Amino acid sequence: MGCAPDSDDVYLRPSVKTAAKLLVVGHFAVGKTTFVGTLSEIRPLRTEEVMTQAGALVDDLAGTRDKTTTTVAMDFGRLTINDSLVLYLFGAPGQRRFTKLWHDMTRGALGALVLADTRRLSHSFEVMGLLEELNLPYAVAVNDFEGAPVHSLDEVREALDLLDETPLVRCDARHPDSSTRALISLVEYLLSRKTELEHA
Amino acid sequence: MTPRRPEARLVRSYVVTDGRAHPTRNTLDLVTLLIATTDLSLAGLNPEKRRVMEVCRHGSLSLAEVAGHLRLPVSVTKVLVADLMDSGHIVTRAPIPAARPSDTRILQEVLDGLRARL
Repeated sequence: MGCAPDSDDVYLRPSVKTAAKLLVVGHFAVGKTTFVGTLSEIRPLRTEEVMTQAGALVDDLAGTRDKTTTTVAMDFGRLTINDSLVLYLFGAPGQRRFTKLWHDMTRGALGALVLADTRRLSHSFEVMGLLEELNLPYAVAVNDFEGAPVHSLDEVREALDLLDETPLVRCDARHPDSSTRALISLVEYLLSRKTELEHA
Repeated sequence: MTPRRPEARLVRSYVVTDGRAHPTRNTLDLVTLLIATTDLSLAGLNPEKRRVMEVCRHGSLSLAEVAGHLRLPVSVTKVLVADLMDSGHIVTRAPIPAARPSDTRILQEVLDGLRARL
């Protein structure tokens, strides 16, 4: 079991007063863990939660009839923004059945970056639907996998049925600059929405 | 790709929390910043609460980080931290540690900070 962290770098600067939170979401194996790991200044951490599975009847649990709970993992990392503000990135699976986890994660979150994979675009609908129900604004970043079909962003936008205002960018979750740019698109969008609301 | 979960815990989560599933206060968030107070004795604290204090003693961390370092579920960590707040061992930084989504200033600061990384 882990005990006290072994490096001073894991702790926040004493001047930090506020923590902001952004979510990095998407389907299984879309690159959430990689994205969070690329940007985090601390070794990314993972927490696990035992969930009562609301979707138990929907899942095919043939042969495991007693299974009513499941373990779900959430990865997160940290970026120091300035002396008084830190940003936490939480990466979590996009399945609807993990309601409690979603409730916890979205509370106080500024917005979400949806990672998508051109080989499995339709897998992104569940998580986008969930974000819309929770009223959490999001941007979409296509994580470019080697060998994945390359579609124009217009085609992807149409396939995902995105609103005109929803930002859609390409990124490579393994590269800091590319991943940072994807987050910037999201935050620019969040800021423009806020400004519009305030002037409405 | 997300690796498989680690081996089962030696002590079940409900034992750590004396069977409780909910914290004594519901103001705790994943990004609530926690600071240990240094002037209170740790006598009487169970091993998990001592571990929380050990992790927090050297500087402030978010609740999620404490859970991650201790490899405890967030829900269990919340119960432990709420008890430690009740007993005065832990204080949280700022009255509303989690950023309110309505805060334009925070969004602008995040944007500036991200741009400065490029």
